[in-house]
Amino acid sequence: MKAAKSSTLRKSVRGIIVPKCKPRRFYGRGVPGVDLSKLAGKLIVVEGADGSGRSTQIVRLVEWLEGSGHATVQVGLKRSTLVSEELDQAQQGNILSHTTLSLFYATDFADQLENIILPGLRAGLMVLADRYIYTLMARDMVRGMDEAWVKNLYGIALIPDVVFYLNVQPQELIERNFAKKQALDYWESGMDLGLSRDMFDSFLQYQSLVAAKFRELQRTYGLTIVDGHRTPEEINIELRHRIQSVLEG
Amino acid sequence: MDGSGKSTQIYLLKRWLELQGLKVFFSEWNSSTLVKNATSKGKKRELLSPTTFSLIHATDFADRYERQLVPLLRAGYVVLCDRYIFTAFARDTVRGCPPEWVRDIYNFAAMPDLVFFFKAPLEISLQRILDGRPQLKYFEAGMDLRLSPDPYESFRIFQGRILEQYLAMSADFKFLVIDASEPIEAQQNIVRDLVAAKVDLHQFVPHKRPKKT
Repeated sequence: MKAAKSSTLRKSVRGIIVPKCKPRRFYGRGVPGVDLSKLAGKLIVVEGADGSGRSTQIVRLVEWLEGSGHATVQVGLKRSTLVSEELDQAQQGNILSHTTLSLFYATDFADQLENIILPGLRAGLMVLADRYIYTLMARDMVRGMDEAWVKNLYGIALIPDVVFYLNVQPQELIERNFAKKQALDYWESGMDLGLSRDMFDSFLQYQSLVAAKFRELQRTYGLTIVDGHRTPEEINIELRHRIQSVLEG
Repeated sequence: MDGSGKSTQIYLLKRWLELQGLKVFFSEWNSSTLVKNATSKGKKRELLSPTTFSLIHATDFADRYERQLVPLLRAGYVVLCDRYIFTAFARDTVRGCPPEWVRDIYNFAAMPDLVFFFKAPLEISLQRILDGRPQLKYFEAGMDLRLSPDPYESFRIFQGRILEQYLAMSADFKFLVIDASEPIEAQQNIVRDLVAAKVDLHQFVPHKRPKKT
Protein backbone atom coordinates (compact mmCIF):
# COMPACT_ATOMS: atom_id res chain seq x y z
CA MET A 1 0.00 0.00 0.00
CA LYS A 2 2.76 2.40 0.99
CA ALA A 3 4.59 1.83 -2.27
CA ALA A 4 1.46 2.57 -4.28
CA LYS A 5 0.87 5.83 -2.44
CA SER A 6 4.36 7.15 -2.99
CA SER A 7 4.19 6.28 -6.66
CA THR A 8 1.03 8.33 -7.13
CA LEU A 9 2.73 11.16 -5.27
CA ARG A 10 5.69 10.98 -7.56
CA LYS A 11 3.38 10.86 -10.52
CA SER A 12 1.50 14.02 -9.54
CA VAL A 13 4.77 15.82 -8.85
CA ARG A 14 6.03 14.85 -12.24
CA GLY A 15 2.83 16.34 -13.69
CA ILE A 16 3.78 19.91 -12.77
CA ILE A 17 5.20 21.68 -15.76
CA VAL A 18 8.36 23.62 -15.14
CA PRO A 19 8.20 26.46 -17.69
CA LYS A 20 11.31 27.05 -19.74
CA CYS A 21 13.08 30.38 -19.80
CA LYS A 22 12.52 31.83 -23.24
CA PRO A 23 14.21 34.79 -24.86
CA ARG A 24 12.17 37.93 -24.26
CA ARG A 25 11.86 41.37 -25.76
CA PHE A 26 10.42 44.74 -25.01
CA TYR A 27 8.05 46.35 -27.50
CA GLY A 28 10.35 49.31 -27.90
CA ARG A 29 13.38 50.58 -26.09
CA GLY A 30 12.36 49.02 -22.78
CA VAL A 31 13.43 50.09 -19.33
CA PRO A 32 17.10 50.46 -18.43
CA GLY A 33 18.87 47.90 -16.26
CA VAL A 34 16.89 44.73 -17.00
CA ASP A 35 18.47 41.39 -17.84
CA LEU A 36 15.92 39.84 -20.18
CA SER A 37 17.55 36.42 -20.13
CA LYS A 38 16.66 35.90 -16.47
CA LEU A 39 12.88 36.08 -16.64
CA ALA A 40 11.66 32.56 -15.96
CA GLY A 41 7.97 33.26 -15.25
CA LYS A 42 5.17 33.88 -17.71
CA LEU A 43 3.21 37.05 -18.36
CA ILE A 44 -0.47 36.44 -19.09
CA VAL A 45 -2.67 39.40 -19.96
CA VAL A 46 -6.47 39.60 -19.95
CA GLU A 47 -7.92 42.64 -21.71
CA GLY A 48 -11.51 43.70 -22.21
CA ALA A 49 -14.02 46.37 -21.29
CA ASP A 50 -15.63 46.67 -17.85
CA GLY A 51 -18.21 43.91 -17.69
CA SER A 52 -16.42 41.68 -20.19
CA GLY A 53 -15.68 39.16 -17.45
CA ARG A 54 -11.98 39.85 -16.92
CA SER A 55 -11.89 39.52 -13.16
CA THR A 56 -14.05 36.39 -13.13
CA GLN A 57 -11.69 34.76 -15.59
CA ILE A 58 -8.60 35.83 -13.66
CA VAL A 59 -9.95 34.44 -10.38
CA ARG A 60 -10.53 31.10 -12.09
CA LEU A 61 -7.15 31.13 -13.79
CA VAL A 62 -5.37 31.81 -10.50
CA GLU A 63 -7.15 28.87 -8.91
CA TRP A 64 -6.29 26.60 -11.83
CA LEU A 65 -2.65 27.75 -12.00
CA GLU A 66 -2.13 27.33 -8.27
CA GLY A 67 -3.77 23.92 -8.44
CA SER A 68 -1.29 23.06 -11.20
CA GLY A 69 1.60 24.07 -8.96
CA HIS A 70 2.39 27.55 -10.22
CA ALA A 71 2.79 30.59 -7.99
CA THR A 72 0.99 33.70 -9.23
CA VAL A 73 0.94 37.44 -8.77
CA GLN A 74 -1.55 39.95 -10.14
CA VAL A 75 -1.27 43.43 -11.53
CA GLY A 76 -3.82 45.82 -13.00
CA LEU A 77 -4.42 49.42 -13.90
CA LYS A 78 -4.27 52.01 -11.13
CA ARG A 79 -2.66 49.66 -8.63
CA SER A 80 0.81 51.16 -8.27
CA THR A 81 2.19 52.34 -4.94
CA LEU A 82 3.44 55.43 -6.67
CA VAL A 83 0.38 57.08 -8.20
CA SER A 84 -2.76 54.96 -7.79
CA GLU A 85 -4.39 57.25 -5.20
CA GLU A 86 -3.69 60.38 -7.18
CA LEU A 87 -4.97 58.79 -10.38
CA ASP A 88 -8.19 57.91 -8.61
CA GLN A 89 -8.60 61.47 -7.44
CA ALA A 90 -7.77 62.82 -10.87
CA GLN A 91 -10.58 60.76 -12.32
CA GLN A 92 -13.04 61.86 -9.68
CA GLY A 93 -12.50 65.50 -10.52
CA ASN A 94 -11.75 65.13 -14.23
CA ILE A 95 -9.20 67.90 -13.98
CA LEU A 96 -6.26 66.65 -16.00
CA SER A 97 -5.98 67.09 -19.72
CA HIS A 98 -5.32 64.21 -22.08
CA THR A 99 -1.54 64.21 -22.34
CA THR A 100 -1.21 64.61 -18.59
CA LEU A 101 -3.63 61.82 -17.77
CA SER A 102 -2.02 59.60 -20.34
CA LEU A 103 1.45 60.11 -18.86
CA PHE A 104 0.05 59.63 -15.37
CA TYR A 105 -1.29 56.22 -16.41
CA ALA A 106 2.03 55.38 -18.02
CA THR A 107 3.74 56.19 -14.73
CA ASP A 108 1.35 53.85 -12.93
CA PHE A 109 2.10 51.13 -15.46
CA ALA A 110 5.87 51.62 -15.31
CA ASP A 111 5.86 51.47 -11.52
CA GLN A 112 4.11 48.10 -11.56
CA LEU A 113 6.25 46.85 -14.44
CA GLU A 114 9.45 47.51 -12.52
CA ASN A 115 8.25 46.59 -9.06
CA ILE A 116 5.89 43.68 -9.62
CA ILE A 117 5.92 42.31 -13.16
CA LEU A 118 9.67 42.10 -13.78
CA PRO A 119 10.62 40.94 -10.26
CA GLY A 120 7.75 38.42 -10.44
CA LEU A 121 8.98 37.00 -13.72
CA ARG A 122 12.53 36.91 -12.39
CA ALA A 123 11.24 34.86 -9.45
CA GLY A 124 9.51 32.46 -11.84
CA LEU A 125 5.92 33.52 -11.09
CA MET A 126 2.90 33.49 -13.37
CA VAL A 127 2.09 37.18 -13.65
CA LEU A 128 -1.59 37.79 -14.43
CA ALA A 129 -2.31 41.26 -15.71
CA ASP A 130 -5.89 42.51 -15.47
CA ARG A 131 -5.37 44.78 -18.52
CA TYR A 132 -2.01 45.93 -19.83
CA ILE A 133 -0.83 48.63 -22.22
CA TYR A 134 -3.45 47.91 -24.90
CA THR A 135 -6.38 49.39 -22.98
CA LEU A 136 -4.25 52.43 -22.22
CA MET A 137 -3.19 52.77 -25.85
CA ALA A 138 -6.73 52.31 -27.16
CA ARG A 139 -8.09 54.92 -24.75
CA ASP A 140 -5.36 57.39 -25.70
CA MET A 141 -5.84 56.89 -29.40
CA VAL A 142 -9.61 57.22 -29.19
CA ARG A 143 -8.90 60.56 -27.50
CA GLY A 144 -6.83 61.69 -30.45
CA MET A 145 -3.34 61.11 -29.14
CA ASP A 146 -0.76 60.48 -31.82
CA GLU A 147 -0.28 56.75 -32.39
CA ALA A 148 3.50 56.97 -32.82
CA TRP A 149 3.72 58.94 -29.58
CA VAL A 150 1.70 56.34 -27.68
CA LYS A 151 3.75 53.49 -29.12
CA ASN A 152 7.00 55.12 -28.13
CA LEU A 153 5.68 55.76 -24.64
CA TYR A 154 4.71 52.11 -24.15
CA GLY A 155 7.90 50.85 -25.75
CA ILE A 156 8.89 50.29 -22.12
CA ALA A 157 6.50 47.32 -21.93
CA LEU A 158 7.64 43.74 -21.97
CA ILE A 159 6.00 41.59 -24.64
CA PRO A 160 3.65 39.22 -22.80
CA ASP A 161 3.51 35.45 -23.42
CA VAL A 162 -0.16 35.67 -24.26
CA VAL A 163 -2.79 38.41 -24.44
CA PHE A 164 -6.51 37.62 -24.38
CA TYR A 165 -9.08 40.18 -25.41
CA LEU A 166 -12.52 39.32 -24.12
CA ASN A 167 -14.76 40.63 -26.83
CA VAL A 168 -18.30 41.53 -25.79
CA GLN A 169 -20.80 43.59 -27.81
CA PRO A 170 -21.50 47.05 -26.34
CA GLN A 171 -25.23 46.27 -25.93
CA GLU A 172 -24.38 43.24 -23.83
CA LEU A 173 -21.80 45.24 -21.85
CA ILE A 174 -24.44 47.78 -20.95
CA GLU A 175 -26.70 45.12 -19.48
CA ARG A 176 -23.84 43.58 -17.50
CA ASN A 177 -22.83 47.01 -16.15
CA PHE A 178 -26.40 47.70 -15.05
CA ALA A 179 -26.64 44.31 -13.40
CA LYS A 180 -23.38 44.86 -11.54
CA LYS A 181 -23.37 48.55 -10.62
CA GLN A 182 -26.87 49.77 -11.48
CA ALA A 183 -25.23 52.57 -13.41
CA LEU A 184 -22.80 53.37 -16.17
CA ASP A 185 -19.32 54.64 -15.33
CA TYR A 186 -18.36 58.14 -16.50
CA TRP A 187 -15.04 57.10 -18.02
CA GLU A 188 -16.20 53.77 -19.40
CA SER A 189 -18.91 55.77 -21.16
CA GLY A 190 -16.27 58.12 -22.60
CA MET A 191 -18.22 61.11 -21.29
CA ASP A 192 -15.05 63.24 -21.36
CA LEU A 193 -15.08 62.98 -25.16
CA GLY A 194 -18.34 64.81 -25.53
CA LEU A 195 -19.71 62.27 -28.02
CA SER A 196 -23.19 62.74 -26.64
CA ARG A 197 -24.72 64.25 -23.55
CA ASP A 198 -26.81 61.15 -23.25
CA MET A 199 -24.80 58.61 -21.25
CA PHE A 200 -26.37 55.55 -22.84
CA ASP A 201 -25.67 56.89 -26.28
CA SER A 202 -22.14 57.92 -25.35
CA PHE A 203 -21.43 54.49 -23.83
CA LEU A 204 -22.42 52.71 -27.03
CA GLN A 205 -20.44 55.05 -29.25
CA TYR A 206 -17.38 55.04 -27.00
CA GLN A 207 -17.26 51.27 -26.57
CA SER A 208 -17.56 50.81 -30.32
CA LEU A 209 -14.65 53.21 -30.88
CA VAL A 210 -12.54 51.36 -28.32
CA ALA A 211 -13.44 47.99 -29.82
CA ALA A 212 -12.41 49.26 -33.26
CA LYS A 213 -9.06 50.38 -31.83
CA PHE A 214 -8.61 46.93 -30.31
CA ARG A 215 -9.16 45.36 -33.70
CA GLU A 216 -6.35 47.56 -35.01
CA LEU A 217 -4.14 46.68 -32.07
CA GLN A 218 -4.95 43.02 -32.60
CA ARG A 219 -3.35 43.18 -36.03
CA THR A 220 -0.21 44.91 -34.74
CA TYR A 221 0.25 43.05 -31.48
CA GLY A 222 -1.32 39.69 -32.20
CA LEU A 223 -3.88 39.68 -29.40
CA THR A 224 -5.97 36.56 -29.04
CA ILE A 225 -9.58 37.61 -29.40
CA VAL A 226 -11.87 35.54 -27.21
CA ASP A 227 -15.62 35.41 -27.67
CA GLY A 228 -16.86 36.80 -24.37
CA HIS A 229 -20.54 36.03 -24.94
CA ARG A 230 -20.21 32.40 -23.82
CA THR A 231 -20.48 31.08 -20.26
CA PRO A 232 -17.57 31.82 -17.89
CA GLU A 233 -16.73 28.12 -17.83
CA GLU A 234 -16.57 27.80 -21.61
CA ILE A 235 -14.36 30.86 -21.84
CA ASN A 236 -12.11 29.61 -19.05
CA ILE A 237 -11.61 26.27 -20.78
CA GLU A 238 -10.37 28.09 -23.85
CA LEU A 239 -8.04 30.32 -21.82
CA ARG A 240 -6.62 27.36 -19.86
CA HIS A 241 -6.06 25.45 -23.06
CA ARG A 242 -4.10 28.32 -24.57
CA ILE A 243 -2.13 28.99 -21.39
CA GLN A 244 -1.30 25.31 -21.19
CA SER A 245 0.47 25.49 -24.54
CA VAL A 246 2.37 28.58 -23.37
CA LEU A 247 3.52 26.66 -20.30
CA GLU A 248 4.58 23.66 -22.34
CA GLY A 249 6.54 26.04 -24.55
CA MET B 1 22.73 74.54 -15.04
CA ASP B 2 22.01 75.04 -11.37
CA GLY B 3 24.18 77.85 -10.07
CA SER B 4 24.69 79.47 -13.46
CA GLY B 5 22.75 82.59 -12.52
CA LYS B 6 20.04 81.91 -15.12
CA SER B 7 17.18 82.82 -12.78
CA THR B 8 18.64 86.30 -12.28
CA GLN B 9 18.99 86.71 -16.03
CA ILE B 10 15.46 85.61 -16.82
CA TYR B 11 14.11 87.92 -14.11
CA LEU B 12 15.95 90.88 -15.61
CA LEU B 13 14.70 89.97 -19.07
CA LYS B 14 11.16 89.86 -17.76
CA ARG B 15 11.51 93.28 -16.14
CA TRP B 16 12.83 94.74 -19.37
CA LEU B 17 9.88 93.41 -21.36
CA GLU B 18 7.36 94.44 -18.72
CA LEU B 19 8.71 97.96 -18.51
CA GLN B 20 8.12 98.28 -22.24
CA GLY B 21 4.49 97.49 -21.52
CA LEU B 22 4.52 94.16 -23.38
CA LYS B 23 2.40 91.12 -22.64
CA VAL B 24 4.91 88.93 -20.87
CA PHE B 25 4.49 86.03 -18.51
CA PHE B 26 7.10 84.27 -16.43
CA SER B 27 6.04 80.67 -15.94
CA GLU B 28 6.55 79.68 -12.34
CA TRP B 29 5.85 76.09 -13.22
CA ASN B 30 3.20 75.58 -10.59
CA SER B 31 1.98 72.02 -10.79
CA SER B 32 -1.49 70.98 -9.82
CA THR B 33 -1.75 69.51 -6.34
CA LEU B 34 -2.44 66.01 -7.55
CA VAL B 35 0.63 65.61 -9.69
CA LYS B 36 2.75 67.43 -7.14
CA ASN B 37 1.62 65.05 -4.39
CA ALA B 38 2.56 62.00 -6.42
CA THR B 39 5.92 63.45 -7.36
CA SER B 40 6.86 64.45 -3.84
CA LYS B 41 5.74 61.11 -2.43
CA GLY B 42 7.88 59.31 -4.98
CA LYS B 43 10.84 61.45 -4.11
CA LYS B 44 10.47 61.41 -0.34
CA ARG B 45 10.05 57.67 -0.18
CA GLU B 46 12.71 57.11 -2.83
CA LEU B 47 10.30 55.06 -4.92
CA LEU B 48 11.46 56.27 -8.30
CA SER B 49 13.42 54.37 -10.93
CA PRO B 50 14.93 56.21 -13.91
CA THR B 51 11.80 55.33 -15.92
CA THR B 52 9.22 56.40 -13.35
CA PHE B 53 11.30 59.47 -12.48
CA SER B 54 11.17 60.44 -16.12
CA LEU B 55 7.47 59.67 -16.55
CA ILE B 56 6.26 61.42 -13.45
CA HIS B 57 8.18 64.54 -14.40
CA ALA B 58 6.77 64.32 -17.91
CA THR B 59 3.29 64.11 -16.35
CA ASP B 60 4.03 67.17 -14.28
CA PHE B 61 5.38 69.03 -17.30
CA ALA B 62 2.37 68.06 -19.45
CA ASP B 63 0.03 69.30 -16.74
CA ARG B 64 1.70 72.69 -16.57
CA TYR B 65 2.12 72.85 -20.30
CA GLU B 66 -1.51 72.16 -21.09
CA ARG B 67 -2.98 74.23 -18.29
CA GLN B 68 -0.66 77.22 -18.41
CA LEU B 69 1.70 77.45 -21.37
CA VAL B 70 -0.64 76.60 -24.20
CA PRO B 71 -3.33 79.05 -23.08
CA LEU B 72 -0.72 81.81 -22.60
CA LEU B 73 0.76 81.25 -26.03
CA ARG B 74 -2.69 81.20 -27.58
CA ALA B 75 -3.43 84.46 -25.81
CA GLY B 76 -0.37 86.00 -27.43
CA TYR B 77 2.06 86.33 -24.54
CA VAL B 78 5.83 86.28 -24.51
CA VAL B 79 6.33 83.31 -22.20
CA LEU B 80 9.56 83.02 -20.27
CA CYS B 81 10.44 79.62 -18.83
CA ASP B 82 13.15 78.93 -16.31
CA ARG B 83 14.02 75.44 -17.65
CA TYR B 84 12.09 73.54 -20.27
CA ILE B 85 12.14 70.07 -21.83
CA PHE B 86 15.93 70.16 -22.23
CA THR B 87 16.34 69.77 -18.48
CA ALA B 88 14.48 66.47 -18.73
CA PHE B 89 16.49 65.38 -21.76
CA ALA B 90 19.75 65.93 -19.90
CA ARG B 91 18.66 64.52 -16.55
CA ASP B 92 16.83 61.44 -17.81
CA THR B 93 19.61 60.53 -20.22
CA VAL B 94 22.16 60.72 -17.42
CA ARG B 95 19.90 58.37 -15.46
CA GLY B 96 20.05 55.84 -18.29
CA CYS B 97 16.76 56.35 -20.12
CA PRO B 98 17.10 55.99 -23.90
CA PRO B 99 17.47 59.55 -25.25
CA GLU B 100 15.11 58.99 -28.22
CA TRP B 101 12.42 57.63 -25.92
CA VAL B 102 12.58 60.73 -23.73
CA ARG B 103 12.63 63.12 -26.69
CA ASP B 104 9.63 61.44 -28.29
CA ILE B 105 7.62 61.64 -25.10
CA TYR B 106 8.14 65.39 -24.97
CA ASN B 107 7.37 65.97 -28.65
CA PHE B 108 3.93 67.34 -27.76
CA ALA B 109 5.71 70.43 -26.42
CA ALA B 110 6.31 73.32 -28.81
CA MET B 111 9.92 74.17 -29.63
CA PRO B 112 10.78 77.53 -28.11
CA ASP B 113 11.58 80.47 -30.36
CA LEU B 114 14.75 81.09 -28.37
CA VAL B 115 16.70 78.87 -26.01
CA PHE B 116 19.38 80.42 -23.85
CA PHE B 117 21.94 78.20 -22.22
CA PHE B 118 23.92 79.77 -19.42
CA LYS B 119 27.21 78.01 -19.46
CA ALA B 120 29.38 78.25 -16.40
CA PRO B 121 32.51 76.24 -15.73
CA LEU B 122 31.45 73.29 -13.59
CA GLU B 123 33.61 74.36 -10.65
CA ILE B 124 31.98 77.78 -10.53
CA SER B 125 28.39 76.55 -10.61
CA LEU B 126 29.17 73.84 -8.06
CA GLN B 127 30.83 76.37 -5.81
CA ARG B 128 27.81 78.72 -6.01
CA ILE B 129 25.50 75.96 -4.89
CA LEU B 130 27.68 74.08 -2.48
CA ASP B 131 29.14 77.11 -0.69
CA GLY B 132 26.08 77.35 1.47
CA ARG B 133 26.36 73.63 2.33
CA PRO B 134 22.73 73.13 1.32
CA GLN B 135 20.79 70.06 2.32
CA LEU B 136 20.94 68.17 -0.98
CA LYS B 137 17.96 65.98 -1.65
CA TYR B 138 18.35 62.33 -2.67
CA PHE B 139 17.37 62.64 -6.34
CA GLU B 140 18.73 66.17 -6.67
CA ALA B 141 22.17 64.85 -5.73
CA GLY B 142 21.75 61.92 -8.12
CA MET B 143 22.11 59.51 -5.20
CA ASP B 144 19.93 56.97 -7.03
CA LEU B 145 22.75 56.54 -9.54
CA ARG B 146 25.09 55.26 -6.82
CA LEU B 147 27.91 57.48 -8.01
CA SER B 148 29.22 58.06 -4.52
CA PRO B 149 27.94 57.49 -0.97
CA ASP B 150 28.74 61.14 -0.23
CA PRO B 151 25.88 63.39 -1.39
CA TYR B 152 28.22 66.28 -2.25
CA GLU B 153 30.57 64.11 -4.24
CA SER B 154 27.58 62.45 -5.93
CA PHE B 155 26.15 65.87 -6.80
CA ARG B 156 29.47 66.94 -8.36
CA ILE B 157 29.69 63.89 -10.60
CA PHE B 158 25.98 64.11 -11.46
CA GLN B 159 26.16 67.79 -12.41
CA GLY B 160 29.25 67.11 -14.50
CA ARG B 161 27.37 64.50 -16.51
CA ILE B 162 24.37 66.77 -16.91
CA LEU B 163 26.63 69.51 -18.25
CA GLU B 164 28.02 67.04 -20.81
CA GLN B 165 24.49 66.25 -21.95
CA TYR B 166 23.56 69.92 -22.32
CA LEU B 167 26.67 70.57 -24.37
CA ALA B 168 25.97 67.53 -26.54
CA MET B 169 22.45 68.74 -27.43
CA SER B 170 23.45 72.38 -27.75
CA ALA B 171 23.78 72.31 -31.56
CA ASP B 172 20.69 70.13 -32.15
CA PHE B 173 18.42 72.61 -30.41
CA LYS B 174 20.28 75.78 -31.41
CA PHE B 175 21.08 76.84 -27.86
CA LEU B 176 22.16 80.46 -27.57
CA VAL B 177 25.09 79.95 -25.27
CA ILE B 178 25.80 82.72 -22.80
CA ASP B 179 29.04 82.80 -20.86
CA ALA B 180 27.78 82.75 -17.28
CA SER B 181 31.15 83.74 -15.88
CA GLU B 182 30.72 87.26 -17.33
CA PRO B 183 29.25 90.06 -15.15
CA ILE B 184 25.46 90.03 -14.79
CA GLU B 185 25.06 93.24 -16.80
CA ALA B 186 27.22 92.00 -19.67
CA GLN B 187 25.16 88.82 -19.93
CA GLN B 188 21.89 90.71 -19.77
CA ASN B 189 23.06 93.02 -22.53
CA ILE B 190 23.61 90.06 -24.86
CA VAL B 191 20.32 88.45 -23.85
CA ARG B 192 18.31 91.61 -24.57
CA ASP B 193 20.11 92.17 -27.87
CA LEU B 194 19.32 88.63 -28.99
CA VAL B 195 15.68 88.87 -27.97
CA ALA B 196 15.28 92.20 -29.76
CA ALA B 197 16.96 90.84 -32.88
CA LYS B 198 15.07 87.56 -33.08
CA VAL B 199 11.61 88.39 -31.79
CA ASP B 200 9.26 90.97 -33.26
CA LEU B 201 8.29 92.54 -29.98
CA HIS B 202 5.61 94.77 -31.53
CA GLN B 203 3.21 91.87 -31.76
CA PHE B 204 3.17 91.65 -27.98
CA VAL B 205 1.79 95.13 -27.40
CA PRO B 206 -1.51 94.63 -25.55
CA HIS B 207 -4.72 95.24 -27.44
CA LYS B 208 -6.26 98.56 -26.53
CA ARG B 209 -9.89 98.50 -25.55
CA PRO B 210 -11.99 100.46 -28.00
CA LYS B 211 -12.81 103.85 -26.54
CA LYS B 212 -16.37 104.52 -25.60
CA THR B 213 -17.92 107.20 -27.73
